[in-house]
Amino acid sequence: MLDAKIPEGPLEQKWLDYKGHCKLVNPTNKRKMEIIIIGTGLAGASAAASLGELGYKVKAFCYQDSPRRAHSIAAQGGINAAKNYQNDGDSVFRLFYDTIKGGDYRSREGNVHRLAEVSVNIIDQCVAQGVPFAREYGGLLSNRSFGGTQVQRTFYAAGQTGQQLLIGAYQALERQIALGNVKMYNRHEMLDVVVVDGKARGIIARNLVSGELERHSGYAVLLCSGGYGNVFYLSTNAMGSNVTAAWKAHKKGAFFANPCFTQIHPTCIPVSGEHQSKLTLMSESLRNDGRIWVPKKQNDTRRAADIPEDERDYYLERRYPAFGNLVPRDVASRAAKERCDAGYGVGTSKQAVYLDYADAINRYGQIEAGKRDIHDANPAAIIAMGKEVVKEKYGNLFDMYEKITGENPYEVPMRIYPAVHYTMGGIWVDYELQTTVLGLYSLGEANFSDHGANRLGASALMQGLADGYFVIPYTIGNYLADQIRVAPMSVDHPEFIAAEKEVAERLNRLMNIKGKTSVESLHKRLGKIMWDKCGMARNAQGLQEAITEIRQLKEEFWSDVRIPGEINEMNNELDKAGRVADFIELGELMCLDALQRNESCGGHFREEFQTEEGEALRDDAHYMYVAAWEYKGDHNWELHKEDLVYEVVKPTQRSYK
Amino acid sequence: MTWKQMFTSSIGQKFVMAITGIFLITFLVVHVGLNACIWANDNGEMFNTGANFMASMLVIRIMEVVLFAGIIIHTIQGLVLTAANNSKRKVGYAVEYGNRGSKWYSRSMGLLGTLLLLFLIMHIYHFWVPSRLGGIANIKPLQEIDYSNGLGKQYHNLYLEMIQVFQNPLIVILYVLGCISLAYHLMHGFESAFRTIGLHNNRYLKMLRHLGRGFAIIVSAAFAMMPISIYLGWVK
Amino acid sequence: MEHYNMNLTLKIWRQKNVNAKGGFETYKVTDISSEMSFLEMIDVLNEDLINEGKDPIAFDHDCREGICGSCSMYINGKPHGPWKATTVCQLHMRAFKDGETIVVEPWRANSFPVVKDLVVDRSAFDRIIQAGGYISVNTGNAVDGNSIPVDKDKADKSFAAAACIACGACVAACKNSSAMLFVSAKISHLALLPQGHPERKSRAINMVAQMDKEGFGSCTNIGACEATCPKEIQITNIARLNAEYLSASLSSDKD
Ligand SMILES: Cc1cc2nc3c(=O)[nH]c(=O)nc-3n(C[C@H](O)[C@H](O)[C@H](O)COP(=O)(O)OP(=O)(O)OC[C@H]3O[C@@H](n4cnc5c(N)ncnc54)[C@H](O)[C@@H]3O)c2cc1C
Ligand code: HEM
Ligand code: SF4
Ligand code: FES
Repeated sequence: MLDAKIPEGPLEQKWLDYKGHCKLVNPTNKRKMEIIIIGTGLAGASAAASLGELGYKVKAFCYQDSPRRAHSIAAQGGINAAKNYQNDGDSVFRLFYDTIKGGDYRSREGNVHRLAEVSVNIIDQCVAQGVPFAREYGGLLSNRSFGGTQVQRTFYAAGQTGQQLLIGAYQALERQIALGNVKMYNRHEMLDVVVVDGKARGIIARNLVSGELERHSGYAVLLCSGGYGNVFYLSTNAMGSNVTAAWKAHKKGAFFANPCFTQIHPTCIPVSGEHQSKLTLMSESLRNDGRIWVPKKQNDTRRAADIPEDERDYYLERRYPAFGNLVPRDVASRAAKERCDAGYGVGTSKQAVYLDYADAINRYGQIEAGKRDIHDANPAAIIAMGKEVVKEKYGNLFDMYEKITGENPYEVPMRIYPAVHYTMGGIWVDYELQTTVLGLYSLGEANFSDHGANRLGASALMQGLADGYFVIPYTIGNYLADQIRVAPMSVDHPEFIAAEKEVAERLNRLMNIKGKTSVESLHKRLGKIMWDKCGMARNAQGLQEAITEIRQLKEEFWSDVRIPGEINEMNNELDKAGRVADFIELGELMCLDALQRNESCGGHFREEFQTEEGEALRDDAHYMYVAAWEYKGDHNWELHKEDLVYEVVKPTQRSYK
Repeated sequence: MTWKQMFTSSIGQKFVMAITGIFLITFLVVHVGLNACIWANDNGEMFNTGANFMASMLVIRIMEVVLFAGIIIHTIQGLVLTAANNSKRKVGYAVEYGNRGSKWYSRSMGLLGTLLLLFLIMHIYHFWVPSRLGGIANIKPLQEIDYSNGLGKQYHNLYLEMIQVFQNPLIVILYVLGCISLAYHLMHGFESAFRTIGLHNNRYLKMLRHLGRGFAIIVSAAFAMMPISIYLGWVK
Repeated sequence: MEHYNMNLTLKIWRQKNVNAKGGFETYKVTDISSEMSFLEMIDVLNEDLINEGKDPIAFDHDCREGICGSCSMYINGKPHGPWKATTVCQLHMRAFKDGETIVVEPWRANSFPVVKDLVVDRSAFDRIIQAGGYISVNTGNAVDGNSIPVDKDKADKSFAAAACIACGACVAACKNSSAMLFVSAKISHLALLPQGHPERKSRAINMVAQMDKEGFGSCTNIGACEATCPKEIQITNIARLNAEYLSASLSSDKD
């Protein structure tokens, strides 16, 4: 039985009690202890900086040329915190409750409550670091509202919240580097965890410029390596986002939890052609004013403007009159897919729906005319004024859309389609963020912890920073306090030599296949299998087929992949190959996980389990657990269940009608 | 931060350029104002009086030393910076960056400055050397006329000297070219100097841009008109 | 928007590693759709090269959304290519015509040595930040986020400066290889906020010292950087940096 080590006591006391009683490491001992951190996104950078400040010796790794380029940089919308600055009834409890409900009752109460508690400290910390959050005229912080909540608790910095938060953490990290507390390894990829006597004691990393393998030892290893959405090939993730670090840890004993929980974001720019390499998110905020529709006629090839009002189907407003265009992400995504699959899609690919601003432009134009006291404005003038207002609110998003598609969204409706965006699943961790391997921790999107089966907008940034700034500094001490008598690990230990040899052999094997197929094309095929059969909607038959296909693909990969260049130089193809090889294995596990979960919840929608109206049908009696998978060798996993106990919140069926 | 650290830093060196540059600009104001007196058409009386009045003042004599120091410092620092900046990209581009965002003259301050320097050497040789050190080989020796300004002193007739120098069309052309270099140098330099010393208010920067361009064109044109009008005999 | 396909000739800088001597190679790509991004066009070329058993072109890229600052190509004489306020990854092939020849070079500056092909080493930027591009506040030290109101105008200006993605295009565009736009963006970001005030003097002095040490040129205020910056960082920030630096160094009481 998996023990999540949730502290006893009332919910709101758990973290306080934990902090009051966890063991501490004294400053002299901290100086002697090295901690290895993989990843410098919000989770990794904040952890590296905070642990460096505490006096630990930190080594941080990232595959980019600078820690500041971690994928967290791309987050647009905002970060939640229960500050209640707006006096609109927010509280730690409400944020906790919304997150649990948003996650469709598949996350832990203890973790989520802690997240809500520290959320307030995150904002303070970031402001102190100089994060330029949006402000009101009075000079105080501004908030916006986000999906799935009724209060305004989202802090933001225009459309670049992730960037600004990451720069804050990055600067704190660079400061520690300057002080000598953190050593940074850019353009390095972690390729294995070294486990000695059941404890994580180091890693094998490859210098991506020289191709050399390096051994690094320490007292603990933190995986902050982000999400694995790229298993779908096309996603809103960065090109280099990968599962490799997590996967190596998984193979060394860390359980992988809820791998099939994937978030598909409804408003992304649709695929334009077969050469598409990645998808771009259009902020959720666009759904506040835009109306989503498709033609009422199947395979309608008319231009949007030529389709009269009564031949348009505003399907979200039709199906969900209460929430309309503002239903949660999973619901909106599925509805779009349903329309396109039924033949109502628009654009050349027919895999898109319209997000139309015409009404909003008109409405804002009228208001503006009223404000300016113009009573006889002609329609053209009203539209011109409306466009100005929309430009002010969403200008940068509209510009981005135009840059990518070449279409002017002020004139023609935008085309959008759902895309893979976030992975709720990840390395299983307990309350202390420790994995099933002692001394091995996982933070941020890489772990599975706080979002259950669906993540609410603006809560991933919150979680990454909570883990790094405010959780790990306490919980790691609780472990390291017992390690002070353990001698530092020599990198010449047989386990290091063995691990390095294994990594080297795998790289050599990859280089020596010398087949005919490029890594990219294999990755694309994996993505297609995953998207078609383990994407927005899944069914048992499709998942079984997918598993077979993935296994075939794996064989093909290992017998036919072609990697040009040398092993001992910068070789992007080799880097990609290693990542895709891991994605293939992960893909199989995701299908397996989706197959065992005979219910629909959050982002996981099994077609067999839906209500008559086509809504997700949860099965709390049988599936109120975390599925944690233990690696048992090729194609072989054992399922461990961590039961979710709800002491405070009473699970109910979500309804947005 | 020591003085040395400051003045060897990139911004410190630019500071020197800006301060000396602004100083040279103020000198130009005085210079152009005084020289404009030739257009009084009084056979140079007003001009010579002014020039000699200036020359008689101790402050101005001191300023003259400062002026030379300024030119020398500005020149040396300018050439040093240009050389340093040109060495920062050992491997160049196959396709040049071109004009986006910048004007050719902004990118050519080193060249324009060098042209100005050559011009200044000629200019000093023509006017400053004879007036301060007496005599100059290639023009006729000048009589020393007593312009009675009430003080009864003897003065060097700079006016006459100007008339003589600018009889040579080649020299007139060189002067006009020098003025064009000055115009372009200042089209960029005027505003730039204020940016360098840290002015970062958009409104005032915009004003200074217009002022700078106006100054560059008007002052350079005024200077250029002097040899031209003398050569064409407009000045009597 | 009409879509079209095009055939292109590419002249791309190839260089095996830092020490190797590089040179241009010419490639042809066919049937490139105007809907592709520039990097996707390079992907197509790379796929061809791999199929021919040749080394694909190495280039930095990650987010492909114009925000991580990884991508860096000097295209036909312009860092990030012909479009304004756009990174290479956001540049689309609509910007080119059928039959065109496109020359692609890495960023050029002594301080940005070429690592391979179009990949350069921009770690100098990290070291400049290490010299002082932060506010020294340990985790847990912070006061309530709303305890210090910030003038909205300044907060907005600070944000606009903080939008810099450290791509290095400003250096690549500058005839002096100056990093002043990058450094000034950071200085302005922090100096405009009250939280950044306690360290503003030492920050300006130390960051500029590091910038000089890294071998970047000085600023002649010509404006190429501003016109090239994908995040439209204003050159006024450089003037602000000058003010910060000069007031810090002139008020220093060391000899
Ligand atoms: C387009 C987009 C918009 C988003 N908007 C929001 C939003 O508005 N609000 C919100 O809350 N969330 C948002 N999210 C989600 C959120 O951005 C991410 O979940 C979060 O930033 C993840 O942070 P992280 O630190 O866990 O990982 P990342 O930021 O992904 O960092 C991963 C790090 O690990 C390193 N790494 C990975 N593998 C290896 C390896 N093998 N070896 C060495 N290093 C490695 C990388 O170099 C990198 O430094 C958005 C996500 C996307 C894609
Ligand atoms: C009357 C004579 C001159 C005047 C009024 C003048 C004025 C200026 C001004 C105002 C600037 C702008 C400073 C800044 O950007 O901060 C400047 C820059 C410059 N000047 Fe001059 N200058 C004169 C002569 C010269 C001479 C003789 C040289 C010799 C080489 C020269 C070389 C330069 C250079 C290279 C710069 C650019 C420095 C840089 O930005 O890197 N100037 N000048
Ligand atoms: S200032 Fe602009 S061009 Fe320079 S690094 Fe920053 S974003 Fe890039
Ligand atoms: S790839 Fe991230 S900015 Fe271009």
